Amino acid sequence: MDLELMADSIVPLLGGAWLTAQLVALSLLFGIGLAVAVGLMRLSSNRYVAGGAYAYVFVFRGTPLLVQIALIYYGIGQFAFIRESILWEVFREAYWCAILALTLNTAAYTAEIVRGGILSVPHGQVEAARAYGMSAGQVYRRVIAPQAIRQALPAYGNEVILMVKASSLASTITLMEITGVAKRLISRTYAPIEIFIVAGAIYLAINFLATRAIRYAEWRMTPDLRPPREPSLHRPVPRLGLGLGLGLKGRRRPTRREPAATADARPASRRRTRPG
Amino acid sequence: MLELLAFGPDGWGDEMLRGAAMTVAVAVLAYAFGLVLGTAAAAAKLSSLAPLRALAEGYTVVFRGVPELLVIYLFFFGSTGAVMWVARQFGYVGYIELNNFTIGVLAVGIISGAYSTEVIRGAIQTIPRGQLEAAYAVGMGGPLVFRRIVLPQMLRLALPGLGNVWQLTLKDTALISVTALAELMRMASVAAGSTREPFIFYITAAVLYLLMTTVSQAGFAWAERHYSRGVRRA
Repeated sequence: MDLELMADSIVPLLGGAWLTAQLVALSLLFGIGLAVAVGLMRLSSNRYVAGGAYAYVFVFRGTPLLVQIALIYYGIGQFAFIRESILWEVFREAYWCAILALTLNTAAYTAEIVRGGILSVPHGQVEAARAYGMSAGQVYRRVIAPQAIRQALPAYGNEVILMVKASSLASTITLMEITGVAKRLISRTYAPIEIFIVAGAIYLAINFLATRAIRYAEWRMTPDLRPPREPSLHRPVPRLGLGLGLGLKGRRRPTRREPAATADARPASRRRTRPG
Repeated sequence: MLELLAFGPDGWGDEMLRGAAMTVAVAVLAYAFGLVLGTAAAAAKLSSLAPLRALAEGYTVVFRGVPELLVIYLFFFGSTGAVMWVARQFGYVGYIELNNFTIGVLAVGIISGAYSTEVIRGAIQTIPRGQLEAAYAVGMGGPLVFRRIVLPQMLRLALPGLGNVWQLTLKDTALISVTALAELMRMASVAAGSTREPFIFYITAAVLYLLMTTVSQAGFAWAERHYSRGVRRA
């Protein structure tokens, strides 16, 4: 194990991490917009709209991302009418081709997450909201979206991690993000294990931060699942846990059927029912 | 344009199909290797020995958290050195090289195994402890309990997850085209490079991949039905 080589590889690999972050952030941003549109289309009552959305999801989830990237980067440039149009400004750049491919790919997966989230909202709530006279837009904004987002967040967290990993394929179309830099360093130094450890650690760190961010968003959006604040008199001695109040520690789900404390103040061990 | 896909020496049709066959071969072997690894790692995760648990935990965290492409580069550039190091410990000093097929199967299989581990562990954990205790009480040994009690019940619960792992594995094999193994993606890019018609070949590759994922999805749906025969839906 060559520690000096590992130390020297940190700076170039972190340089690649900036490009990885750009690719992931931009394609997640564009992807979520497209995903909401496709997810809603899949739920449309119009057969053709729903079928088109289904075909999109089916194709992009059923083929490898590498094929999609190659098709966009190499395949589209083959046509003269594209090369002569304004679109060529986008398609000739590996950067935008990678972002387009990643966006289309993540949108297909996220559309299913969006659809699942929307379907998780009980229909009775929608009926009740309509009965109050809310418009369709209001029902979505006030009733469906807040609950669908909460339902979808954990699955979306997985998708974010998949995207961090998927961005490594951009290295196959000349982009020097973390994996691209790692491959160049490996073929130059012939020290695959050392470089793999450093590059892998950077990816694991990015994924760790991404999971924490999603977990925090989940915590912020579900105040109803947090334990109620205890009255100040009974508050236990404050502990300096590692959670730092960021919702990093497991949360306790309060159950509605917990017996009211006033019903029987005696500890459970003494609460014997009388025989007979 | 379609004459490019003709069979025989003038077209690339037979090369593409041979590439697809290679893709299936790599995917099936890698998946099988991954299932063996995944079962072992799931057993390690459920073990009472802390070092075994830590080892399995490290395995799944690393190989699920690091990009597949990076793992493939590690194996592609690192496997020869590793194999020769092991051989030297046994006194062999010659040159050994793993071929790209073996490297591909190993790399994709190890990634596939990391995902299988979690699926299998989850499925095993749903089996009530009392059943295992009862099986041991009537005198069954470990392997017999696994075959008669654990496996049939576990399979039903693990199948949806294992189906997902299979799709992942199948698509991951496209990545080993970077090692120049003649699988479908590699064939498509070779054909694209030599005819300067990339679009048709990448579309053909996409259609063939889609065909493989669709057919295998139907297969898993059948297996799921088969193994849920005795269960009533909620």
